[in-house]
Amino acid sequence: MTQTKTAPALDLLDERLRRGDGLKPALGAIADRIRSGDLGALPIVVGLVVIWTVFQILNPVFLSSANLVNLLMESVSVGIIALGIVCVLLVGQIDLSVGSVSGLSAALTAVTFVSSGWPVWLSILAAIVAGALIGWVYAQMVTRLGVPSFVATLAGLLGFLGLQLWLLGSKGAINLPFDSGLVRFAQLDFVPAWLSYVLVAAAAAGMFLTGYSLARVRRAAGLSGRSTPLLLARSVAVLLGLGFAVWYLNQARGVGWLFVGFVGLVLVLHYVLTRTAWGRAVFAIGGSVEAARRAGINVKRMYISVFMLCSSLAALGGLIAAARLAAANQASGAGDVNLNAIAAAVIGGTSLFGGRGSAFSALLGVLVIQSISSGLTLLDLDSSFRFMVTGLVLALAVALDSVARRSRAAHGRA
Amino acid sequence: MRTDTAVLSLRGISKNFGAVAALTDVDLDVSAGQVVAIVGDNGAGKSTLVKVLAGVHRPDTGTITFAGQAATIDSPAAAHSLGIATVFQDLALCENLNVVENLFLGREIRRSRLDEVAMETRSWELLRQLSAKIPTVRIPVASLSGGQRQTVAIARSLLGDPKIIILDEPTAALGVEQTAEVLNLIERLRERGLGVIMISHNMEDVRAVADRIVVLRLGRNNGDFDAGDVSTEDLVAAITGARDNVATRRVRERENR
Repeated sequence: MTQTKTAPALDLLDERLRRGDGLKPALGAIADRIRSGDLGALPIVVGLVVIWTVFQILNPVFLSSANLVNLLMESVSVGIIALGIVCVLLVGQIDLSVGSVSGLSAALTAVTFVSSGWPVWLSILAAIVAGALIGWVYAQMVTRLGVPSFVATLAGLLGFLGLQLWLLGSKGAINLPFDSGLVRFAQLDFVPAWLSYVLVAAAAAGMFLTGYSLARVRRAAGLSGRSTPLLLARSVAVLLGLGFAVWYLNQARGVGWLFVGFVGLVLVLHYVLTRTAWGRAVFAIGGSVEAARRAGINVKRMYISVFMLCSSLAALGGLIAAARLAAANQASGAGDVNLNAIAAAVIGGTSLFGGRGSAFSALLGVLVIQSISSGLTLLDLDSSFRFMVTGLVLALAVALDSVARRSRAAHGRA
Repeated sequence: MRTDTAVLSLRGISKNFGAVAALTDVDLDVSAGQVVAIVGDNGAGKSTLVKVLAGVHRPDTGTITFAGQAATIDSPAAAHSLGIATVFQDLALCENLNVVENLFLGREIRRSRLDEVAMETRSWELLRQLSAKIPTVRIPVASLSGGQRQTVAIARSLLGDPKIIILDEPTAALGVEQTAEVLNLIERLRERGLGVIMISHNMEDVRAVADRIVVLRLGRNNGDFDAGDVSTEDLVAAITGARDNVATRRVRERENR
C-alpha cells in the first residue's frame, strides 16, 4: 500500500479515469454499473429474496433445511441442461430440443442398462455420445445448410421425443434398480458435515489466493491490482455466506454430492468461458460473427463444438433426472423441462441476443425456477399454476434483458 | 528512387469480374516509412486493389513483389504472413469485448490459460507507442468513440508486426477532432517505418498526411503525384478525367474567391 502512491499503475495513468483503491470505490463502481444497465446478478438476487419471502409467508415449511436440501438436489438436472443453453445463447443461437434430448438420453440409459444389461458406465457414455452426435447434426444443419438453429432444433424436439417413445416401447416406463451406483449417487450420497465445511473453507481460501497472486503478478507488471483488504473482504463474505448455507443444510441431510458435482461443472465451464481462447471465441461470435471470422476464428468449428457441448450436457441432465426418479418414462424430459432450462439461463442473466452471460447464470437461474416449482408444490398447487408463474417470470426476465440492453447501449456499455 | 527502396511493388495488375475490367494494368509502389494515398471516384477500382493486396481477390495478370521477392497473395492468411495488414472500413471489432480482448482476438497468449497480464501490458505498450487516447483497456469497445475504435483496429493490425498497413477510408464518418487523431496516428505509423496505403475520398485528409497520391480512374493509373506540390485542381482533374467539368469548376471558383 505504501509504494502505490508514488507512481500510478500503467493502466491508471489517464486523468479521465475516476477510480480509487479499496472497498468504498469498489462499491461505488458496482453502483455505477447497475445504474447504466449492467445489472449483473442483481435482479436475480432481488428475485430470489422476493420469491423466498412470499413462499415462506405462505408456507413456513418452504425455508426449512429439509425442503432446501431437496430443492438443491432437484435443481441439478435442469441446471446442467441450462449450462448447455448458456453456451448456445452466448454464440447467439438457441437449442429448443434440450428437453427431448434429455428424455431420449434417459430412455437410452434405461434401455441399455436395464433391458440390455450393459455396465452402467457404458450406458452413461452411450447416452452422452448420442447427445454429442445430435449436437453435431444440428451444427451441420446450421453451418452447411443455413437452417436457423431454432427451426433445426424444433424439428429435433419432435423427432427425438418420438425416438424416446419408440425406445421405451409399449411399456412406456423402465425402472432403474435402486441399488445401482447411479441412483445411489443421485439420491443418497451426501457430503459428510465436516467435509462440507472443509470444502467451504477451501473455496474461500482458494478464491483469496488466486485473487492475491493475480494482483501480485499485475502489480509486478506495472498494472493496478485489487487491494488485499478488498480481496480479504470478498473471501470472508464468501466464507460466511457459504458457511451459513452449508450449516443450515446440514441441519437436515446436508449437501448432496450431486449438487457439489453440479457446482464443480459450473466452475469448470466458467473457467473455460473466461480463461481460454475457446471461451473468448464464444463471446466474440456472440458479439459479431464477421469480426470473429476476420480474426481467424473458425466459426463453423466453434458452432459444432458449442452445439455438441449443449446436447451432451442435455443428455447428462436427462440421465441425472432419470437417476433422481429411478426410472425413465414417457414423461422424462417432457413438459416444462425444455423451457425451464432456457428460462433458467435467461433469468440468470445470459442474454438472448448473444455475447453476454456467464456459467453462473445457469446456477442462479435454476435456483429461481426450482424455488417457484417447490413453493407451488408445497402450496398444493398443480402444474397449471407452475406453468403460469414460470411463464410470467420468464417474460419478466426477457423484458428486463431487453430493457437493460437498451440502457447499456445508451450508457456506452456493450 | 522509388522502385529500388519499395517494400511492395505491383506491376501490370489486372482483374476482371466477368465482362467488367475492374483493374487494368495498374502499377503501385510503396516504400518503408511512406504514406501512399489512393484516390479515385466511385468505381475507380480502389477497393478491388485493396482486396487484391489483402488476399481477398486474386489478380488475373501482373506481378507482386514484396521486399524484393516475387510474391503471390492468394488468401488473407498469405497476406498476413507476408506482412500486409488491412484495416477495413467496418473495422470488424466485437462490441461486447473490451479493448484487450479485441486486440488479441484469435491470437491470444497462452490459449488454454489466457495470460491476461501479458496481453494487457502489451496492449498498453502498443497504445502508448501510438499515443492513443484510450482511458482504459478494460472497457467494452461499444463505449469507445469512432476515432478510438479506429485506433484499436489499427493497433490490432500492428500486433502481427506488418511491413505494410492498408487503411480503407480511415477518416470516413469521423468528427473533426477524431479525424485529426487518426491522421496523427498515420504519421506515427510512418515514423515507425511502416509503408501505409490509405484509401480516401477526403482530399483534405489525403493532402494532410500523404507523401504520394496515386490516382485511379476507371481501373487504370491516372497519375502519381508528389503530395507536396500538387494542386487540388490537378488532383480533381485526374480523378474525374477532365480539366473542365462541374467538379473542377467548383475547385477553381473556391480558389479564386
